[in-house]
Amino acid sequence: MAEAIPSPAQATFWLIQGRVLFWIVNLLGSACFAYIVAKRLAPLVRGQRDIRFDRPLIRLGRLLQYWFGQWRHPRYLAAGIIHIFLFAGFIVLVIHTVSLLALGTSDHPAAAGGLYGAISDYAATVVFLCMIVAIVRRLLKPARYAVPARYGKAHTPDAIFLLALIALLMVADSVFEASHAAGQWQHHLPVEPLAVMSLPWILQGALMAAPLPVLANLYLGAYLGHELTFFFLLCYRPFGIQFHVETSLFTVYFAKLDRGTVKPVRWGVPDDQLDQVKSFGVKTFEDFTWKHMLDFYSCADCGRCSDQCPANAVGRPLSPRFLTIKARDYSFQHYPVWGGAHNGKPGQPLIGGIYAEDEIWSCTTCGACEAECPLLVEYIDKIVDLRRGMVDEGKVPQSLQKPLKALESRGNPFGKMEKKKADWVKAKDFQQTCNVRILNGDGSADTLYFVDSITSYDDRIQAIGRATARILHSTGENFGILGAIEKDSGHDVRRFGEETLFMALREHNTEAIKASGVERIVTSDPHAYNALKHDYKDVPPVEHISEVIARKVRAGDIKLKQVEDENDVYAYHDPCYLGRHNGIYDAPREVLDAIPGLKRVEMRRSRDRSFCCGGGGLALFYEPKEDQRMGVKRVQMAAEAGANVIVTACPFCMVNMEDAIKVAGMEGKMTAIDLTELVEKQMR
Amino acid sequence: MARIFAYIIHKSGVADDSAAELAAAAKKIDAAQSPAAVVTGWGTDCDAVCESLRASFDEVWKIANESLAYPNAELVRQALKNVLPAGCIVLVPHSHFGTDLSPGLSIQMNSAYVPDATDIEGADGIAMRLVRQEFGGQVSAHVRCDISSGAVITIRPGAFKPLASAPASGVVVDKSAAAGALTARRRYLETMAPETGDVDITKYPVLVSIGRGIGEQENVALAQDLADALGAAVSCSRPVVDAKWMEKSRQVGSSGQTVKPKVYLACGISGSFQHLAGIKGNPFMVAINKNPKAPIFRVADVGITADILEFLPELTARIREK
Amino acid sequence: MEILVCARRVPDTSENEIEMNSAGNDIERDDLVYSVNEPDNYAVEEALEIVERTGGTVTVVTVGGDDDEEILRREMAMGAKQGVLLSDDAFEGSDGRGIATILAAFVKKGHYDLILTGVQAEDGAAQVGGMLAALLDYPFASLVNSIEVQQGKLKISREIEGGNKEINEIDLPCVLSIQTGINEPRYVGMRGIRQVASVPIPTFDGPYLGVNGDKAGLAAAKVKRLDYFVPPLGKGAEMLEGSTAEIVDKLIDLLKAKGGLN
Repeated sequence: MAEAIPSPAQATFWLIQGRVLFWIVNLLGSACFAYIVAKRLAPLVRGQRDIRFDRPLIRLGRLLQYWFGQWRHPRYLAAGIIHIFLFAGFIVLVIHTVSLLALGTSDHPAAAGGLYGAISDYAATVVFLCMIVAIVRRLLKPARYAVPARYGKAHTPDAIFLLALIALLMVADSVFEASHAAGQWQHHLPVEPLAVMSLPWILQGALMAAPLPVLANLYLGAYLGHELTFFFLLCYRPFGIQFHVETSLFTVYFAKLDRGTVKPVRWGVPDDQLDQVKSFGVKTFEDFTWKHMLDFYSCADCGRCSDQCPANAVGRPLSPRFLTIKARDYSFQHYPVWGGAHNGKPGQPLIGGIYAEDEIWSCTTCGACEAECPLLVEYIDKIVDLRRGMVDEGKVPQSLQKPLKALESRGNPFGKMEKKKADWVKAKDFQQTCNVRILNGDGSADTLYFVDSITSYDDRIQAIGRATARILHSTGENFGILGAIEKDSGHDVRRFGEETLFMALREHNTEAIKASGVERIVTSDPHAYNALKHDYKDVPPVEHISEVIARKVRAGDIKLKQVEDENDVYAYHDPCYLGRHNGIYDAPREVLDAIPGLKRVEMRRSRDRSFCCGGGGLALFYEPKEDQRMGVKRVQMAAEAGANVIVTACPFCMVNMEDAIKVAGMEGKMTAIDLTELVEKQMR
Repeated sequence: MARIFAYIIHKSGVADDSAAELAAAAKKIDAAQSPAAVVTGWGTDCDAVCESLRASFDEVWKIANESLAYPNAELVRQALKNVLPAGCIVLVPHSHFGTDLSPGLSIQMNSAYVPDATDIEGADGIAMRLVRQEFGGQVSAHVRCDISSGAVITIRPGAFKPLASAPASGVVVDKSAAAGALTARRRYLETMAPETGDVDITKYPVLVSIGRGIGEQENVALAQDLADALGAAVSCSRPVVDAKWMEKSRQVGSSGQTVKPKVYLACGISGSFQHLAGIKGNPFMVAINKNPKAPIFRVADVGITADILEFLPELTARIREK
Repeated sequence: MEILVCARRVPDTSENEIEMNSAGNDIERDDLVYSVNEPDNYAVEEALEIVERTGGTVTVVTVGGDDDEEILRREMAMGAKQGVLLSDDAFEGSDGRGIATILAAFVKKGHYDLILTGVQAEDGAAQVGGMLAALLDYPFASLVNSIEVQQGKLKISREIEGGNKEINEIDLPCVLSIQTGINEPRYVGMRGIRQVASVPIPTFDGPYLGVNGDKAGLAAAKVKRLDYFVPPLGKGAEMLEGSTAEIVDKLIDLLKAKGGLN
């Protein structure tokens, strides 16, 4: 095709022929990028092993959904839409960009025309507009972006710089296209028409009357500018949050598949060989697995995790976003691109360094951060690993040492005697109408009701145990409990970093469950449910009582009568370990909606956005520094939604809600009731 | 029966209340004997104490030595060992000083040691039968002590009611010379008072006192609400201070403050003797506790079995109504 | 600094309910869980913190039998270099002085700059520390809640009444009894204990220590516990009955009468 302006390969730039120049630029730029990436990979090579290459088809599917499909982005609608457009634009422009690179070194460039050319034009325009909006949002900041002083300074100038560079890239590309098209038009030479109303098209209009030398300079200058900007951005991105452009694909591909459970102490080391592991948990940066280090690189610093984090909302010293950013900055500092590794001493302890003890203990493992992150960055495993490290060094807060010691000696965090574990079934009025059997291994029952510690020992929460037993009894379930030989499920022992004690509890319970001969397990405790489902192996399948009730209501085995007070408004609070971690949102709602005359409202944070009650298990014992209790915020949300009864399906949520109602002075205005208690009350 | 000596604790020239308790305990050992008081110290304070004790003890042994001006148990022990006759029975209050002094004293005097006696059932020249508590007061035990070569016994403060005293006219016997040279391998430097909090609980006639049963820091507000409604102050027992839910200045007990209120509400307090030791003047005591077997119910005037987290707000609300 | 801590295995006060047994002469021991006496644990932590600052090692010693080894292992898991068991059938039934005699004999076999005990154990006696010091002729201080190491001596603070702290200087070697709350003991988990599970624990008997039935054991004991009992409650408190509202009203009337309400 005849060209009005020489192609960049053929042109001469300050005495250097284009082809030569751009070979050099391409080679240097690529080499520089490769070098930088290699340096960035250095700590990952030192990191711990992580098993992430399994189940490739599932991983590909998730890649399509979360990375390509930008699945999580619309949860924040405005920013989400901008990003979707931006991402789509980038994807479209990939081929275009590569062909542009080739253009500089080839005498006969292939013309990328037709439909793709038009789409590229629009893509460039959209990206450009997104950049403008993004820059404006940086200047007229949503409060969410703010960086609290203790975490450092906001990097607004840097952000705007990068956004501007991308905008420049789009402009350069557009000028390149526009000046070429204008030149062709002027000389009546064939040219692919530019997409109408796209940025190149607009620029072409402005350039139609420009003299050819000007067009040539613009054309070649834009090309040079594009190349240089492209490679600059390529090499600059790994120095900040923009690295996620490259790493996000890998982070999403390698993201954790097994929800609900916690990573083993060391991947590849079976439980019975753990004695040989010298050090448990994460104490230095190098103790993180390579995937976790990759997470640090991939964080886009969007802050959605910290936004949703309940600990952050109540003023605890924890912000998931900064957990990641601090680690990333640490790795940048200790594994710099220029200079030797460990600028600064090697293997610095993280606790007492970039992290504080309280920061790591403040997490309730609710999972709101993980549910929100568009890049599927993982947090719970990191927190658990950091806790394992602290436990290994004896750095456990005194408030947690007592329940841990009690768990070791008595099998429950309250220090109550084992022989009193089943005392709750002996409540006078209860025992006469509902005799709960204690299983003794004669295979007499096919269902085990796993009660767990708080429901067994807490005076108030025992009522949930009794309600559950009555429900099972009245629907003819052949069930029993383990009684004194049941120890705490260990769910939160594990998540607070005491892996060895957890394994002892699990081993004990697994044996007891197997010896009982049951075929299925039911529990009213979502923490026990989560443990038995995900942390325990070789135990019969487990259901939460809400699932059982929902099924029986559907089948007509449970009939529910009219609600007592028609004026009551009920709000269902999704417990973290029932809802977010296990996806059970609908069964409890079904049950509530099956109660005739019951008015139900949704709180503004529900389902996978549910706001943690304050935590269960050992979290009940920890004394955090906070401005307010999580439970108080939650009961206020219920009141805001117009409810005066908050229904939950977790004993820990119940403890926290009832405490919060007292502390918030809402007695008389709000009551809390467990799903089982409500169903029992309403059963005909 | 060996001679009985009562070691007298004193401050600023005034003998401690325990002096009368020791005299009562001595009578339970040997009703026929009048125990001698032993006072260590220096200067006019020491003299004043000895004088005042003449009214209740037939003999007051004064051991005055400049190095004993501040009661340093290490030095007092040496003095007592040199002054007291072999084989005697020495009664000391079970206080921070008494426990510092007495075990070592019993070794140096080669006599038996029974700490924290809550009752003495009787004695002959060879053996004594006493009662003491174990497991934080949850159980008591009878103890047999061989007193044939003497004994040092520390007495639980408040366990022995002072006897109605017949006026006595005792003599002060100066034993200072026998004390001997006292070498100090432990030297007293100074006493540091705790930072005074904003509230001086010793000044309040009504106290709402909380113990471990309050559960957590945020619940302290429930006690404060009640205190506000009553015009009282919130005080606490040791576990509350250890957990850092309240300042040390709010602690009532042997290692905290001594209070003499008119009304004392013990909320979620088990009633360990260390705590009760800080309550003087026999106030009207109301105990509220979830555990009906809590030792506090033995000493309180009125008891309520309830969860303080539920009971206190109800009480506060009702008071505000009236 | 070479520090020796004397520790003891006791029924855990927070995880047991102490009740009389059916025969009425002892406490019910069937369901008891045992652990290291809490003040002794604070003493070990204090010793560890001192040697972390000054160098040296911490040895933990107990008088007892095989069952008592578990607390030595626990303290070793915490960081003590060595646990030592002093065991002999002849030691059974020792009173406080007997125990102190056995410990003193062990101390004399070694060289320790500082000896720590917990302020008291479940029997509330608070005696072994003071007796040990007297037997060794070392200076002694009880209820210590802070220790500062100086040259050849320590600057310590003792907890006395009114929340006051009595500041003293004490020469080394000495014996101190440690009050709870002096520090925040580090956590010892199952894993730590497993890691020291097979470390040998030297055991020494009467003949080695030179302590025989004259000086320790039941016959030599001057103080013997005869039984356990729960005293009759006597009058005790007048328990208020009724609904919460009724109790609240009764209480308010009583408070008014006693001058608690103005």
